[in-house]
Amino acid sequence: MELSEQQSELLEQFAQGDLSAFEALFRQFQSEVYRWIMRLVRDPSTAEDLTIETFWRIYRSRARFDSRRSFGAWARRIATNAALDYLKTKRPETVELQDFHASSAANPAIQCDTREHLEQAFRRLPAKLQIAAILALVEGQPHQEIAEVLGISLGAVKLRVFRASRLLRKELESKGIEP
Amino acid sequence: MTEQDDKQLQALIKRNLKPSTYELQSDLWPRMLRKLDERPAAVSWFDWALLAAVVLCLCLVPRAIPVFLYHL
Repeated sequence: MELSEQQSELLEQFAQGDLSAFEALFRQFQSEVYRWIMRLVRDPSTAEDLTIETFWRIYRSRARFDSRRSFGAWARRIATNAALDYLKTKRPETVELQDFHASSAANPAIQCDTREHLEQAFRRLPAKLQIAAILALVEGQPHQEIAEVLGISLGAVKLRVFRASRLLRKELESKGIEP
Repeated sequence: MTEQDDKQLQALIKRNLKPSTYELQSDLWPRMLRKLDERPAAVSWFDWALLAAVVLCLCLVPRAIPVFLYHL
């Protein structure tokens, strides 16, 4: 996709350290970055903190940014790394997945129990597997897109999703839930 | 794990966990500005290496200290 001249100029100014260009990009992309992080961490306040952290990392590494490439894709990749770092440092019990809940339920009591066990099972996954599994199994992102955003091969994504599925199934079976 | 197992697990997840639709509620730029202000300017590794080299030289050759001070 060809960048407009105005956008291209903005990106060049940002790469040179212009704060007002950074502000313009921040305002343009903050919602997109927040939504992406929210998909990964499922907690609004953590997603806000990580959005700030992402833009801080973006600002710090502005000199390495190639202004001919997509800012959005670059930001998404940095956001994914920030979320990954967060999930690695958090113990599974402390990560709340507040936005995980499905709205409709055939049998609310059973659904709630299963949902809780599923959330716990996701939280217990290693960070790398958790991100791949959430994106593939919950968000329904194509494997190729996941590969691009994680900076890994398509095969590696498939392997991570496979391993995550196996661990999820094991965890659920230990709770007496048969998928 | 068979393909059938895989599909069953995916169906269970789909029934119970929904994709995130949460939207940003407020402008984060004021918080970003505060963060930019509170971070001190970073000193590059090269500056630290230069400082370490100068200190090392002065420790090894103390007679160079007046010459160094003269050139400051």
